[in-house]
Amino acid sequence: MNPITICQVNYYFGKKALAKQVLFDINLDIEAGEIVILTGPSGSGKTTLLTLIGGLRAVQSGSLCTLGKELFQASEAELVKLRGQIGYIFQAHNLLPFMTAQQNVQMSLELNQDLSSHQIVSQAQEMLAAVGLGDKGNYYPDHLSGGQKQRAAIARALANQPKLILADEPTAALDSKSGREVVNIMYRLVKENHSTILLVTHDGRILDIADRIIYMEDGRLAQRKTFL
Amino acid sequence: MSDRLFTAWLQLKYQKIRFLIALSGVIFAVIIIFFQLGISNALFDGAVRFHQGLQGDCFILSSRSTNLTDLASFSQRRLSQAQAFEEVEYVNPIYFGVARWKNPESRNSWQSIGMIGFDLRHQTFDLPGIKSNINRLQARDTVLFDRNSRTEFGAVAEQFERDNSVITEVSNRRIKVVGLFELGTSFAFDGNILTSDLNFLRISNREKGFIDIGLIKLKTGADPENFKLKLQEYLPQDVQVFTKQEFINFEQNYWQTSQPIGFTFNLNVVMSFIVGAVVVYQILYTNVSEHLKEFATLKAIGYSHQYLLNIVFQQALIIGSLGYIPGLAIAIFIYKFAQQATLLPIAMTWQRAINILVATIIMCLIAGVSAVKKMKSANPADIF
Ligand SMILES: Nc1ncnc2c1ncn2[C@@H]1O[C@H](COP(=O)(O)OP(=O)(O)OP(=O)(O)O)[C@@H](O)[C@H]1O
Ligand SMILES: [Mg+2]
Repeated sequence: MNPITICQVNYYFGKKALAKQVLFDINLDIEAGEIVILTGPSGSGKTTLLTLIGGLRAVQSGSLCTLGKELFQASEAELVKLRGQIGYIFQAHNLLPFMTAQQNVQMSLELNQDLSSHQIVSQAQEMLAAVGLGDKGNYYPDHLSGGQKQRAAIARALANQPKLILADEPTAALDSKSGREVVNIMYRLVKENHSTILLVTHDGRILDIADRIIYMEDGRLAQRKTFL
Repeated sequence: MSDRLFTAWLQLKYQKIRFLIALSGVIFAVIIIFFQLGISNALFDGAVRFHQGLQGDCFILSSRSTNLTDLASFSQRRLSQAQAFEEVEYVNPIYFGVARWKNPESRNSWQSIGMIGFDLRHQTFDLPGIKSNINRLQARDTVLFDRNSRTEFGAVAEQFERDNSVITEVSNRRIKVVGLFELGTSFAFDGNILTSDLNFLRISNREKGFIDIGLIKLKTGADPENFKLKLQEYLPQDVQVFTKQEFINFEQNYWQTSQPIGFTFNLNVVMSFIVGAVVVYQILYTNVSEHLKEFATLKAIGYSHQYLLNIVFQQALIIGSLGYIPGLAIAIFIYKFAQQATLLPIAMTWQRAINILVATIIMCLIAGVSAVKKMKSANPADIF
């Protein structure tokens, strides 16, 4: 089973007369273990597609299966359940400012009812160590650098070892050195877990990690082997 | 979930100043509400302590009387008419009025004091100090002094206990205090004296035959409610008849509804409740709106909307209960202080403590319900 299967998906913003179509007849299959980069001009619909795949928006037509779950007409409860199985990485780190790095990672692990609190604490520590923040667990996000915050966010996203990771411009807010670091960490962890990753980026410097690059323009997909 | 991170608490704890502001809002509201209720209960209790002490089953008042400070006299014949019924064991005329009391310690300090006169033959009052002293009132120009009167009347109780007699003037008559009793202050009077019907008439210079309250004691087994209806029917419209409980309600109702005082107390309570709710709402609302993106992220990583709503309600409950405790403690302290200053029997009761705890929780939950609407804007699709 492919982690992502999309068939004839269209998407409109707005209603009735004001409706504006932003996605046109999207068909896409991503295989388990693939690292796929989605790129393309601003406003072409990349984020919209990513939020549909992640169950953050309602699918309006066509068929979209994420991790084997059909999202067309899925209930809110089903979407909540699915979201817990996906690792999200955003452009902004979106860490809760009132929790330490360690606690932010624990928040993600706590969604897993099977873990004891002891396991949660130790796994959060391991995760932080894996992103190079082993000694920063007790820091609040305000006291971390941009790159450190993004690494903490990655630790949170990957703590549950999700089979699918969705990342939207994770390096956009970082300088090139920390951007590279973040990508390397992501790459290593994804490979270790045999996860699949769909990564939206404008950042030409990180395209080398991709198994496949997809290009989006005006709401339509085009496959490419190399970037311009 | 008990061993899970307590998100609501972590957020409150992180923003300490804001948390303290929310707590002070609650503490403020709790204290004011306690204070208002304490004072008003003490006053309303005080207003009917006289009534409660009366050993009668039914009471006759002039139709024009509205409360103890506004008693119109009526003909004593009405009481005699009541006495003719076979259910009646005895009747007792009661006189109630204002007298001028001279503070025995100072040369020219006159105060208004409540003066009660009654027929000494019957056990009319059940108030501490009356039974043992009642016979001393047989003598001319003697009174019992209410030891719970305010201090403006002089240290009469102390002086009496020392010398066993106090001489002063009441409405320009030389009188002798021959004993002490306990009634306490009320809306109407800051102090009281008690005397025989004959002494009352002498001191107040009133003519015989007109009384202020007619007390009726029924024989055992007679039903006051029935008798009251019967008597009201029988007597002319110039008097009204009450059972004891109705007489008490009549007085309290007057102070609660006909006077601004009851309204003022209620208004203050409502206002503090609103102020508390608004402060808590502001804080909860800011906590949500400032972190919409982060809360939306929680939703994106798999937390339900309910989880986010619970954060707000938990914060409301934490603020409510943590604000209530110091509020209660300070209120108890203020009660002690106010009791010494006013001599009103202001005391914390379990009932009131629990009522206000519930009111505080409701206040915070109302704030929570209003603030939680903002959480709807935490849309996980908007954070990418
Ligand atoms: N909530 C919305 N309501 C209406 N239109 C929207 C909304 N979000 C996005 N759009 C429009 O949909 C189109 C696609 O937006 P989307 O954010 O998916 O583009 P993108 O490829 O992610 O762009 P970028 O590279 O700048 O992030 C744009 O024209 C945008 O203006
Ligand atoms: Mg985008």
